[in-house]
Amino acid sequence: MDLTLKIWRQKDAKSAGKFVTYPLKNISPNCSFLEMLDILNEQLIQKTEEPVVFDHDCREGICGMCSLYINGRPHGPDDAVTACQLHMRKFSNGDTIVIEPWRARPFPVIKDLMVDRSAFDKIIQEGGYISVNTGGAAEANNILVGRENSELAMDAAACIGCGACVAACKNASAMLFVSAKVSQFALLPQGQVEAKQRVKKMVRMMDELGFGNCTNTYACEAECPKLISRSNIARMNREFMCAKVI
Amino acid sequence: MAELNSKVPKGPLTSKWSHYKDHQNLVNPSNKRKLDIIIVGTGLAGSAAAASLGEMGFNVKIFCYQDSPRRAHSIAAQGGINAAKNYPNDGDSIYRLFYDTIKGGDYRARESNVYRLAEVSNNIIDQCVAQGVPFAREYGGSLENRSFGGAQVSRTFFARGQTGQQLLLGSYGALSRQIKLGTVKLYDRHEMMDVVLVDGKARGIIARDLVTGKLERHFGHAVVIATGGYGNVFYLSTNAMGSNTSAIWQIFKKGAWFANPCFTQIHPTCIPVHGDYQSKLTLMSESLRNDGRIWVPKRKEDAEAHRQGKLKANDITEENRDYFLERRYPAFGNLVPRDVASRAAKERCDAGFGAGSTGLAVFLDFRESIGRLGKHVIEERYGNLFQMYEKIVDENPYENPMMIYPAVHYTMGGTWVDYELQTSVTGLFAAGEANFSDHGANRLGASALMQGLADGYFVLPYTIQNYLAGEIRVARMSTDKAEFAEAERGVQTRLEKLMAVKGTRSVDHFHKELGKIMWEYVGMARNEAGLKKAIELIRKLRAEFWKDVKIPGTMQELNTELEKANRVADFLELGELLAYDALNRNESCGGHFREEYQTDEGECKRNDEDYKYVAAWEYKAEGEFILHKEPLDYEEIEVKQRVYK
Amino acid sequence: MNSTFFRFSSITKKIWMAFLGLFLMIFLVVHLGINLCLLRNDGGAWFSAAAHFMGTNYIVKVFEIGLFAGFIFHVFLGIILQVQNWMARPVRYMVSNKTDTPFLSKYMIYTGGIVLIFLILHFINFYFIKLGWVFNPNMTPDGEPDFYHIAKQLFVIPAYSIIYILLFIVLGFHLNQAFQAAWQTLGINHPQYTTCIRRFGTFYAIVVPLGFIIIPFYFLLIR
Repeated sequence: MDLTLKIWRQKDAKSAGKFVTYPLKNISPNCSFLEMLDILNEQLIQKTEEPVVFDHDCREGICGMCSLYINGRPHGPDDAVTACQLHMRKFSNGDTIVIEPWRARPFPVIKDLMVDRSAFDKIIQEGGYISVNTGGAAEANNILVGRENSELAMDAAACIGCGACVAACKNASAMLFVSAKVSQFALLPQGQVEAKQRVKKMVRMMDELGFGNCTNTYACEAECPKLISRSNIARMNREFMCAKVI
Repeated sequence: MAELNSKVPKGPLTSKWSHYKDHQNLVNPSNKRKLDIIIVGTGLAGSAAAASLGEMGFNVKIFCYQDSPRRAHSIAAQGGINAAKNYPNDGDSIYRLFYDTIKGGDYRARESNVYRLAEVSNNIIDQCVAQGVPFAREYGGSLENRSFGGAQVSRTFFARGQTGQQLLLGSYGALSRQIKLGTVKLYDRHEMMDVVLVDGKARGIIARDLVTGKLERHFGHAVVIATGGYGNVFYLSTNAMGSNTSAIWQIFKKGAWFANPCFTQIHPTCIPVHGDYQSKLTLMSESLRNDGRIWVPKRKEDAEAHRQGKLKANDITEENRDYFLERRYPAFGNLVPRDVASRAAKERCDAGFGAGSTGLAVFLDFRESIGRLGKHVIEERYGNLFQMYEKIVDENPYENPMMIYPAVHYTMGGTWVDYELQTSVTGLFAAGEANFSDHGANRLGASALMQGLADGYFVLPYTIQNYLAGEIRVARMSTDKAEFAEAERGVQTRLEKLMAVKGTRSVDHFHKELGKIMWEYVGMARNEAGLKKAIELIRKLRAEFWKDVKIPGTMQELNTELEKANRVADFLELGELLAYDALNRNESCGGHFREEYQTDEGECKRNDEDYKYVAAWEYKAEGEFILHKEPLDYEEIEVKQRVYK
Repeated sequence: MNSTFFRFSSITKKIWMAFLGLFLMIFLVVHLGINLCLLRNDGGAWFSAAAHFMGTNYIVKVFEIGLFAGFIFHVFLGIILQVQNWMARPVRYMVSNKTDTPFLSKYMIYTGGIVLIFLILHFINFYFIKLGWVFNPNMTPDGEPDFYHIAKQLFVIPAYSIIYILLFIVLGFHLNQAFQAAWQTLGINHPQYTTCIRRFGTFYAIVVPLGFIIIPFYFLLIR
């Protein structure tokens, strides 16, 4: 199939960027979206132009590195996949595809389509863990976890930290990301000891970093490649309220 | 040059590790603060080690090329992690886990290391549960286990099909906690370019800030390499795009020997290659073989018709299907170890029975189990994998059999390390997939996560202390030292050389070419003539690369092509060593299959007489390597032929 | 923006927003009850009695203060949150977002803004008269403003009635999103109740504005 690509090009964090249009011919529908970009880059290199820079690594939808805003949707038109698992068969011959980087104040563009998501690391560093030192753990089966809670915790823990929730949200809110981590530990007995501190610290950091507020439009949930539920946001609100009030 | 001394403690196998810990040297708390440790790589081994060492009070600097430590490719492991807990009461024990691992590795692993691995496996589960890793649970709330290839007990702990992700997020959490506390400093989007030796000891690294392109010097009293395996030498593999050999190759050039490079694992259940543009192969978990049956058409004309798209798999009748694994290995059937299953699939395809447009695919069929258990059970067990398959292939695997083919997955070989995980360079350690130690010639499923975390949480933090105890009088060195300047100059020169080529072909072109050579001649089945040819072809390609590679942009900026070129340059050298090692090993064992050495039935023919050793290679000059042999003496285990029939 | 108020965490602000929203929704029902008295063909007797009660009872007066404070706070918080939200994405996307989200859920600030404009109009027409800030010649024999006749006069103006009806439709959309969102913000989200809450919210968002809308229809078409 033949395509027209409109891609955001930006030399570095300080430079101004602009959209550049590239025609691309003879793309197989079985090609993945990132392989399509590889083909474009190969052609650019042949012309001694700088290839389009974008984040990617595992290309199997689990590392969370790919971060493309494709035709108005994070990770593109397919549901429950990351951009690396999006295939060109989801597009038609002659389509124009606009590719933008994630846009949010806490995610500044580094180059082209690559953004800096270290804000997520900073939030996790505030308390996205259980404080246990190596070696001091008790026998694993001493901690019993009901199946239902363990499944819900796993649902929340499936987050890959890609930032699609922030990219999709009209407010660039990170509530789904933060709540997934808060929920995972709120649902497990191991997480109870630090629960109050955890939610307060993580939310404070989220606010400080300049993410927007949640206005319950649930775009995050709709775009999450791992189908993280908005019920996690409710759980975090509850945890937060309890931590503040009680 | 260091001698080949594996430093295995004396005494009976079962008490070596406790004896070691009881008698090793320790560093007191006030001295720990004065000692710096550099760790490269944030996968299971790297992040676990950094977190543990940070907790102990050392100053740690950790490096990763990705934007966050959580992206390391450990995250992609699907199946599970083994431990000898014996929760299902099926007779498991530390000894059995140890035995299965040695046997699975085709008797090419170091006994003492493997026993230690089995010993600490239980602590890993305790540690991870305490960290809040959401392992699968029974209804009563206790931990659930499942079975995996190469074992007769159920000892695999899992978190759906995302065990690696959950374990990595656990250690990433522990690492993040230390970063917050200030004991660990994180350098993301940084790539290690070289190691710095001062008076023969590893004292730091040269790293490149991938965003600015600047070279940086970092000092450490010890350096740990935990950068994973080198499977991407085949270009197409299940590894991440960025997974590379550069760290272990650079230390190899500085004197850290490379052990058993030819032991590469080909995973039997991956989605087949579909086009030239393909960049990556996707793994379908080994667990699928619990319920799926593998077959090819019995008649060549059926296979031919399927290749041309004239015949559907479902239209091939039962009597015209060849369930070749069940036929050849009735005892283990579809659950034979990975190397065996891969070779059998290749054998059928080479004989002209392969399916799919390329003829390089076999069927993995769930029709029978769906009939027996119902679709919902299969969906519950493998739903996410089936969905992933459908997204990629655009075919419904509940209705049509999956098509699979083997792909490069894991590398058992790696930097040679002694019992303390120290390489042949003093003060330089290697952990996780980057080292060679525990899996011999073939790794069993669910053992990689176990080894990465064992090294990171429970082995390295002890053994590195034994070394650092002797370094407490060494003050932090200035990175203005001549050795640092020289190493940086070396890196600078190399990068300038790459940029100066200004040829006509892209880095990917060379990487793909290398991959083709490797897969063709150094892949699943190898022979003398092919290996010699490969060495010749790789040399030619390497020369061409340095003459004709084209890298746009400059060095002083974010330049992904330069990053790739630097890695491919190393792959082009490693490929040769891999072929060398394969040529040297005149036997078939585990992941290494030499066509000259097979039984009448086409099985591996090991040669314990001559090759029961670890091949540790020393770098002399480009294309020149010296072999050192570490003999493998088995005290506890009787060395036998591996039989899965 | 460094005062304590602005440093309230995002969730705290939202929880207040939700509480106040739900409180205003209760008030709206009371208001509707009184307004429906207009439909009685009694020359405004019931309506005036209710208006008199609301205007003179001390408990109601206390509530009135709470109501106004709550209302102002709700609006104020809404604006702050919105400004922060805009600030969170300094560079906009070229292609506007195509994610599938509930109808009009993205436009709460706009539906809210429209409701606010209407309320100011409403205050000028009614509440400020009561306070004596705006003069209106219609008086009851007791010397209180005659809201029944004021309302009647306004509703017979077609343009006023149409704006009034449109505004309640907008309010309906605002409430439809607001009700379930408020519970979500307050942490009430459970597979068993969520659908129920959402349905009730939609029911409320249809029935209450509809109740208000009936009145201008009644005055325009029937009387």
